[in-house]
Amino acid sequence: MAVPSLIEWAFIKAQLSGDDRFACSEDGACWAWLDQRIGQFLYGLYPAKETWRINIAFVLLFPALAPWLIDNIPGKKWLRWYSIFYPFIAAWLLVGGWFGIIEGVTTNNLGGFALNLTVGLAGIVLSLPIGIMLALGRQSRLPLIRWFSVIFIETVRGVPLITLLFVSNILLPIFLPPDVALDAVIRVIIMVSAFASAYMAEVIRGGLQAIPKGQYEAASAMGLGYWQSMRLIILPQALKISIPGIVNTFIGLFKDTTLVIVIGLFDILGIANAMVSNPDWLGLSSETYVFVSLFFFAVCFSMSRYSMRLERKLDTDKR
Amino acid sequence: MPSTENQENANPNGPSIKIEGLNKWFGSFHVLRDINLDVNHGERIVVCGPSGSGKSTLIRCINRLEEHQEGKIVVDGFHLTNDLKQIDAVRSEVGMVFQSFNLFPHLTVLENCTLAPIWVRKQPKREAEAAAMEYLERVKIPEQANKFPGQLSGGQQQRVAIARSLCMKPKIMLFDEPTSALDPEMIKEVLDVMVDLAESGMTMLVVTHEMGFASQVADRVIFMDEGQIIEQNTPQEFFNNPQSDRTKLFLSQILSH
Repeated sequence: MAVPSLIEWAFIKAQLSGDDRFACSEDGACWAWLDQRIGQFLYGLYPAKETWRINIAFVLLFPALAPWLIDNIPGKKWLRWYSIFYPFIAAWLLVGGWFGIIEGVTTNNLGGFALNLTVGLAGIVLSLPIGIMLALGRQSRLPLIRWFSVIFIETVRGVPLITLLFVSNILLPIFLPPDVALDAVIRVIIMVSAFASAYMAEVIRGGLQAIPKGQYEAASAMGLGYWQSMRLIILPQALKISIPGIVNTFIGLFKDTTLVIVIGLFDILGIANAMVSNPDWLGLSSETYVFVSLFFFAVCFSMSRYSMRLERKLDTDKR
Repeated sequence: MPSTENQENANPNGPSIKIEGLNKWFGSFHVLRDINLDVNHGERIVVCGPSGSGKSTLIRCINRLEEHQEGKIVVDGFHLTNDLKQIDAVRSEVGMVFQSFNLFPHLTVLENCTLAPIWVRKQPKREAEAAAMEYLERVKIPEQANKFPGQLSGGQQQRVAIARSLCMKPKIMLFDEPTSALDPEMIKEVLDVMVDLAESGMTMLVVTHEMGFASQVADRVIFMDEGQIIEQNTPQEFFNNPQSDRTKLFLSQILSH
């Protein structure tokens, strides 16, 4: 049986401690490296004595997410305000340096799963609204807006994310004032968000097209303006239909954060790659990649479950 | 309604709707030809005709769901042009009931009814809800207020749609084949509500094939064919003494069974 032997390999016959791979037997998994390396997997090369800042930023994340994900939560209004400021609080904690209270850490040292979470969350939060605007823009009657949306979507969606990350060095400065040097992490966030937005726009456009013309007409006939109709009538329905596609895009985006390795950042997968080629731990790729997969699986599976719950909650068509 | 410089015919004795020389094309298809029509305040008009005769398009021009290319439409003193302000003004005065109900499926019955009063009329929520409950009583489904449209029958949905329009306190109500998508046993409950509304003095334009409704409440029946108004008359004259051959043919077809 496959499952019991996996359990046997991963737990029963596994070796939990030791200084290098020679401490491990051939029969079971070797987890001896965890003790030494777990910090790198979580935080990359972030200074060890400063990692508490990442932990606090992580803990503070939950009250910021709660008002958007949970329906009946006390103090929802205040939590929403807090969640607007959360990105700035998190950025300050991670990068520091401003106001001199905590010491600055160069973002190149931000790595491990903390980097995947930072880029992934920022990408998710940015790509949904940008995707909505692009989807609406693509249907706009104003040619300028329509053409901008079409060109953006088709260009960004038509190339691999890796190439976007490579050329972000050259591309982004074109759109920015000359002396603004963009931090590598910010660059990645912009490119990942842009990439996911293009996909998001098409997912949402699919939802928009599924809304019967009568809904637009009923909204217009009542005197609702364009933005009111969109916000109150069309988008709530279109987004509901698009939930599977939206979450699909989120999941894809989250896993694409591993591509940051191509511009020299060390996310959790980058750390793993570095470790399996280290002579002390050579040959432990199964253990390492299983371990890394668990992190991605935990996040992606949660998103998937949450979206299914949301779909059930929003289902008003019980006949 | 305070009169503005853009308003014409705002006096209560003038026509509620004035249509002059209206022409409309869908591409090269000439769907409305030279329509002239005055609708008085409180007048109840039934528009009938074979499918494709332009009757739905005509009433959809009155709240600008369709744009017309030629002619003049003045609704409650507002000229319908590309001026969005005028269009919005007309739309908030004109209620419309559709063949396919077009309720908002993600909102409850009550939310469907209060949406426009709250967002267009800027009414306080509580006031809008109280008014909505009154109209739901009037269409005899107050007990469904907190259900979703998907949980109601077709007849109930159409009555909610009527209540939803009435919540905007419109001066004119347009009905676009309101009973055509209903099962026969539900047609009556919707027609009853419409008769009740007609008796309250609402200005109504109704596209329908319900000739019983027409003879019971209409002040005038308009027969359209191929984009033209062929004949208009009181229901008695229209049914008993049709003038044109096309009207006679149409009546013989719909009354023969």
